[in-house]
Amino acid sequence: MPMEGSEIERLIKAKFPDATIQLVDTAGDKDHWQAHVVTAAFKGKSRVAQHQMVYEALGGRMGGVLHALALTTAVPSD
Amino acid sequence: MATTQQDINAWIKNTIDGNDVVLFMKGRKNMAQCGFSQRIDAVLQHLGINYKDVNVLEDASIRDGIKAYTNWPTIPQLYVKGEFIGGCDIVMEMFQSGELHKLIHEKGVPHTNHGTHA
Repeated sequence: MPMEGSEIERLIKAKFPDATIQLVDTAGDKDHWQAHVVTAAFKGKSRVAQHQMVYEALGGRMGGVLHALALTTAVPSD
Repeated sequence: MATTQQDINAWIKNTIDGNDVVLFMKGRKNMAQCGFSQRIDAVLQHLGINYKDVNVLEDASIRDGIKAYTNWPTIPQLYVKGEFIGGCDIVMEMFQSGELHKLIHEKGVPHTNHGTHA
């Protein structure tokens, strides 16, 4: 089941207002997204924890309605 | 196989603690049935790691149990020496940067080939 890019962005921004998000619809079907998320909230967190924070922001859609999300995360360089 | 949630968690814990490297995947070693699982399988084969493969497609209680166990919503999931390393994204990122190879060295995981050097 596809998901709108704007919806993914809205959910992440709701949790991390300072986040910058680069989204790519890799298969053109709104079902296989690639996202690069940068927010200060990731500071000091492990990669696993950073990804869990994004999944939490997506409110349980990861692995469900959101079939595939190739995710990379980073902390803003000060 | 596993029945109650407790049994499932106990089975998962024993499997993770009882093997150096465990991959919860869709399919089996050399016969992955999903692109993401296949990628990690290829990385582990490249490094020459003899890992334990768990085909979550064979048991829905394990498939759901492992997601709850680690609070990680997707499969595949890679574990090294009892520690959750990540899914396909993280493992690929670590492999390309040489971090995965460094990790298996630090943890003393037997392997016959060397990936990218960190």
